[in-house]
Amino acid sequence: MSPSRWTRPALGLIVPLVLLLAWQIVAGAGLVPASMLPSPLLVVHTLVAMAQSGEMADAIMATGTRLALGFVLGAGAGTVLGALCGVSSIARALLDPLMQSLRSVPSLAWVPLFILWLGIFEASKITLIAVGVFFPVYLNLMSGIANVDRKLIEVGQVHGLSRLHRLLRIQIPAAMPAYVVGLRGGAGLGWMFVSAAELLGATNGLGFILDDGEQTGRPERVVAAILLFGLCGKVTDVVLAAIGARLIAWQDTAAA
Amino acid sequence: MAHALHIRGLAKSYGSKPVLGPIDLDLEPGTITVVIGRSGCGKTTFLRCLGGLEVPTAGLIRIGDGTVRRAEIGYVFQEPRLMPWLTVSRNVSFGLSGRPARARGQAVAEALALVGLPQAGSLLPKQLSGGMAQRVALARALAPGPALILLDEPFSALDPFTREQMQDHLLHLHRHYGTTMVMITHDMDEALTLGHRIIVMAGPPGRIAGDVAPNLARPAERNASDFIECKRRLAGLISKRPEGGGRDHSPQLSGLT
Repeated sequence: MSPSRWTRPALGLIVPLVLLLAWQIVAGAGLVPASMLPSPLLVVHTLVAMAQSGEMADAIMATGTRLALGFVLGAGAGTVLGALCGVSSIARALLDPLMQSLRSVPSLAWVPLFILWLGIFEASKITLIAVGVFFPVYLNLMSGIANVDRKLIEVGQVHGLSRLHRLLRIQIPAAMPAYVVGLRGGAGLGWMFVSAAELLGATNGLGFILDDGEQTGRPERVVAAILLFGLCGKVTDVVLAAIGARLIAWQDTAAA
Repeated sequence: MAHALHIRGLAKSYGSKPVLGPIDLDLEPGTITVVIGRSGCGKTTFLRCLGGLEVPTAGLIRIGDGTVRRAEIGYVFQEPRLMPWLTVSRNVSFGLSGRPARARGQAVAEALALVGLPQAGSLLPKQLSGGMAQRVALARALAPGPALILLDEPFSALDPFTREQMQDHLLHLHRHYGTTMVMITHDMDEALTLGHRIIVMAGPPGRIAGDVAPNLARPAERNASDFIECKRRLAGLISKRPEGGGRDHSPQLSGLT
């Protein structure tokens, strides 16, 4: 019997629930010291306390603002350069080799340079996030536009479309699926880099709670922050996926 | 009256390898000309040169009185090539941008009705069958009212029943719009059903090996003796290896009925 519409999501909950139960038993029975592994109940308690004190909202706001700014900058630059290199083979020949080499620099390796250039406050963090977001957006849009089916381009040719109209009416719409993949990948990397940036030195945000929990020996705060990161990351991905699905509803895919 | 299409010395080479021509040809306005020949003989290159998708190495192509712009040529490919993100209506209006919205809507509705899909305007291409999609492609080529329509084996990917239906649709459209059409096929029944004139091409390099005006009854009766006789002679022309690329005017074929 294949899982139905309702049993399939339920199936996905079984393993996490079993793990959660095991975690509660192990931690509750004191098999692992509480300074290493807090019980789930303690984590929930911490989350409730953080929500009530307003700390949670403040932290999510701080982290979300950094991410949003970095995402807008990185995705914006990735969109402009990706479109340019996708359309123009000269721009591609000029810029793409450089982009490909910069891409192979692990993004965290930029941190010291960004701190030297931009200081230890917001600008360096946002720049780091933007760098993380930039590459997936750039790569997907560039290859999406450059690799549009020649057969569709010819339809534009026989209709006498100018280069600009060909871009607007054929290449950009055809590249949308790849672009949506790039944006989602960029947002995922954005979350990764915002946590790294905040771990490296911040006075607020979810990454600060992670660091603070470690420094002050409160693992329940670390676990709570991890859960919040996961939850927020999932929410942004679901939102982007929903927006993307509207943009590319025309795709003839098995998932549709 | 000016020829719908006037071609002199049209030739195309890839590097030093000639693939087409030289070709001289004049087509009368409002006729359907079918170009037939074996695979790889240069038919598609010929049509792509006419449509501006290939740049000829030499020669002259004049469409109508010579003032026709690229956008005034319709082109139907072997595959529908619809924009998958546009609805059927918006695909049909693809070549109508720049016209007032009302005229656009009218032209789209008219073209869709003529290909027998008056209700399909809001569908997406992924919801269409192969035959429906190719009808939409026909409507897209016809909606702007082009001076000339080029069709590159438009029905070859369809099953035989759908193909015959499509041939009927094409004749119906031709009666309505009266557009000059040049169509490539490798199917002799199709050539004899649709063509006022049949150009047999041999190659490479693609040369005109026969030029026939079947003058059969319309709609064609495929079991009629003249149809069968025409087909037999056409087969002879296609299988013949032309010597020196000479043309066979086969007057006996044009005088059959």
